[in-house]
Amino acid sequence: MSMEPLQIYERVKERFGDRVLEVSEKKPDPFIVIDPSALVEVGTFMRDDPELAMDCLSNESGVDYKDRIEVVYHLFSYSRRHGAVMKIKLPRDNPSVTTLEEVWKSANWMEREIFDLLGVTFEGHSDLRRILMPEDWIGYPLRKDFVEPTEYHGISTIRESPIIRLDSKKK
Amino acid sequence: MPLLNTLPDYVLTTKTDELLNWMRKSSIWYMLFGLACCAIELMHTGGPRADIERFGATPRASARQSDLMIVAGTLTLKMALRTRLLYDQMPDPKYVIAMGSCASCGGLFQLAYSVCDGVDKILPVDVYVPGCPPRPEALTEGLLKLQEKIMSERWLARSSNGVAAA
Repeated sequence: MSMEPLQIYERVKERFGDRVLEVSEKKPDPFIVIDPSALVEVGTFMRDDPELAMDCLSNESGVDYKDRIEVVYHLFSYSRRHGAVMKIKLPRDNPSVTTLEEVWKSANWMEREIFDLLGVTFEGHSDLRRILMPEDWIGYPLRKDFVEPTEYHGISTIRESPIIRLDSKKK
Repeated sequence: MPLLNTLPDYVLTTKTDELLNWMRKSSIWYMLFGLACCAIELMHTGGPRADIERFGATPRASARQSDLMIVAGTLTLKMALRTRLLYDQMPDPKYVIAMGSCASCGGLFQLAYSVCDGVDKILPVDVYVPGCPPRPEALTEGLLKLQEKIMSERWLARSSNGVAAA
């Protein structure tokens, strides 16, 4: 039988106690924040527990909040028809967390994407390379303080806009 | 007196350059190469309704046998290096059509960190076709413009200072 997100979080909280740092009841998407060190245990529990049976990691993404980086896991159970959202908070300097690849195989590419765009290192990942940007790219483009380089392999990344030029002549 | 009328039916007079150019413009083989949504319109242009093949243009699956590269879609910086490589593999004389806003100037994605703002940053472009994406009619018009350009080229004639005019 399917469960409401809050019931799911209660069950996780019951099992892990203080390692669940926060349960947010904010609608429409309540979520839990868990201790990064408990990530694999919580993941394995949510997947294997017969009541929860989260058999699918449908999305994994990263968010830069300027003072921290969050990694968000959207879980779904096909057998129970319910879902849950799990978050971890990481420091902005050298963010690093254990990979969930061993729990859900689909984490592989999504973690590579977060590594590529936000610079989060996933320890134990089998193939942590850039997935979207070129391999010789410098920097993490979705970080709020990312500064676009002026050129890439001699290709300038700035194009003068004729509209702006007309405007500045008027002034 | 016009020369043509004095000759029998089976004789045709023309300039060598014009004959060569007429043959070249009537068999423009474009590279089977698309990058984004413009490639859908490009395929449509090659399809039965727009049928660009009636102007002699047909897709060719190898850069080494192509005369024309139609850059159809958003060019990312990652792809820009590969596009340049493909262009270098094409035999001379070769032409480039920048199809759509993205290939012309970066378009909607001009300010994105990953996008090359226009294919003219890496290759010489002959014809720009505006639109987002351009209709098959617009691309056909671009091809006709390119044919005009090909017809105006001079390969054999030399200018007075001894340099080929083309």
